[in-house]
Amino acid sequence: MSTSGAAPIAGNDAPIIEISGLCKRFGSFSAVEDVDLKIGRGEFFALLGPSGCGKTTLLRMLAGLELPSEGTIRIDGQDMSLVPANKRPVNMVFQSYAVFPHMSVLDNVGYGLRIDGVPRDEIRRRAEEALALVKLDGFAARRPDQLSGGQRQRVALARALVKRPKVLLLDEPLSALDAKLREAMRLELVNLQETVGITFVIVTHDQSEALSMAGRIAVMNQGQVQQIAPPAELYEFPSSRFVADFIGSVNMIEGRIESASNGRVRLACPGIATPIEMEHEAAPPVGSTAWVALRPEKIDITKEPTGEADANTVSGMVEEVTYLGETSVYHVRISPDLPLMKVSSANLDRVTRRAFTWEDPVYLSWTATCGVVLER
Amino acid sequence: MARTPVGPLEYTRRTWMRLTLLATFIFLYAPIVTLVAFSFNDSRRNIVWRGFTLKYYEKALGNSELIEAFVNSLAIALLSTVIATVLGALTALLLWRFRFPFKAGYEGAMALPIVIPEICMGVAMLAFFAKVGWPSGLPWPFSLSAIIIAHVSFSFPFVAVVVRARLAGFNQELAEAAQDLGASEWRVFWDVMVPFMRPGLVAGALLAFTLSLDDFVITFFTSGPDTVTFPVKVYSMVRFSVTPEVNAASTVLILLTVVLTGIALWMQFRQEKDKS
Repeated sequence: MSTSGAAPIAGNDAPIIEISGLCKRFGSFSAVEDVDLKIGRGEFFALLGPSGCGKTTLLRMLAGLELPSEGTIRIDGQDMSLVPANKRPVNMVFQSYAVFPHMSVLDNVGYGLRIDGVPRDEIRRRAEEALALVKLDGFAARRPDQLSGGQRQRVALARALVKRPKVLLLDEPLSALDAKLREAMRLELVNLQETVGITFVIVTHDQSEALSMAGRIAVMNQGQVQQIAPPAELYEFPSSRFVADFIGSVNMIEGRIESASNGRVRLACPGIATPIEMEHEAAPPVGSTAWVALRPEKIDITKEPTGEADANTVSGMVEEVTYLGETSVYHVRISPDLPLMKVSSANLDRVTRRAFTWEDPVYLSWTATCGVVLER
Repeated sequence: MARTPVGPLEYTRRTWMRLTLLATFIFLYAPIVTLVAFSFNDSRRNIVWRGFTLKYYEKALGNSELIEAFVNSLAIALLSTVIATVLGALTALLLWRFRFPFKAGYEGAMALPIVIPEICMGVAMLAFFAKVGWPSGLPWPFSLSAIIIAHVSFSFPFVAVVVRARLAGFNQELAEAAQDLGASEWRVFWDVMVPFMRPGLVAGALLAFTLSLDDFVITFFTSGPDTVTFPVKVYSMVRFSVTPEVNAASTVLILLTVVLTGIALWMQFRQEKDKS
């Protein structure tokens, strides 16, 4: 579970959030298990994972809405592990937005300042500034039931930002919006984060959301952090089968290490005639089990065999074709014992007749740098 | 012109159904309509219509005993409503927020006064106050304390049930958001919980008010000679003869109850709309 060395921590100061050995148990169920995490100042950080993986519990512990069973949370150098939510320098945007229904937009946004005893005219000025920041100028007098879902979310954002927190926490902020608005909001959140310069920590189960917005992503599963890396690294160099499978689409081929030397690994895979050769830095012991993860878009599909066919090529038959508009995905049977291989190819030309169709014999090939060898 | 066939759910187009409906309405409302109509009747007896008059309203207003009973009733209703609303709201919060052993049993026991026959409640109250030696002959309004306690005990479960139903739709994230913005538990309660409960509180309070105002059975057992309430007074007047004066007083009470119940229903309706 090491952070990749290339992971950039924005800013050069100490991290704004330092989590070490954090655990949360509900009875006998362990929601978060031994999490270590550092988040840098001004970072856009995403917690990504399937539902029930503990990402929301982790976020709620950062907010102070849950207290950890073990471990420490330091925010800006101060131990906050047991500090209640109302005394933490963080603010949260809730999944349901939690806009107070009995208050006007202005009162909602100014609520946090009112509790802090900020003078009335300053509350008004700062709340209006925050509303302008989320492009809700002129909505101050409206009541929440006169707003759309997207507008309510902006109110929640303004309300959380107006107190100038050290960290803004966002719990699945886009899940309640429709698809088009969601995509627009992604860009807007990134721009907003750049404008205010506050550290954003976002929880999401939607990988495209995390990949498109975050600077770094922590992938979680069953309460544990699986990998922390920037989006491209996560996609191209997953560290485990779980991450490879969870992020994007992947063909996972099980094999046995035949040789490992000079940064190259050769695997024999049952059901595939030729061996698979991959570049791989580590040298796993010969004879051990490993998996090759190949992204569908990195596999070439051809009618004739290409190059010397001594490795990284396999023949098969198209069993299923899925047309997705910008790409077509071919499901190729390469062996009766293996699951279908997914191969996607971009539909670059405007032709309705595709190159391959059902029952076509095809050859699949890839280069040694296309996939990753996974040992767990 | 061809008659369109009667659809399976068009009950209002079936003659037998219409007749049943009519009979039901007559059965339910004819006595009340008669009562109201004869309060304007210019006759000492409620038998024949002799012309319109307001003199029985004047007479009722001039009846000092009746007015005293009415003031007693209003005072009891107001005080018991305030106490029942606070108590009921706290009970609802307790049941909504906490988990504790025998919670289901407690919830059932709390609702008991709703289902227990009033006569039993009345006898129980009488026995209780006699047993503890509740002081009588206190100056007004303390003389009403026994009745107020009795009224609170049967009306607070209604408040609790209404407020509890309202709280079931509460989004916990609202309280958490307030807390996240710096609010203490106390401020969360006043700034978020109370405004959310308000429609339930108002509806519950009006319910408690009307229940207290027209309660006869339990009050009859707990009232003394100088703590007569309006319903008890009306009953004692009727025992001699049903005069239009009683009709007039009753009409006023009906009007008051209907208006308050209407407001309670309207608040409830608004609350339903809020939830959606």
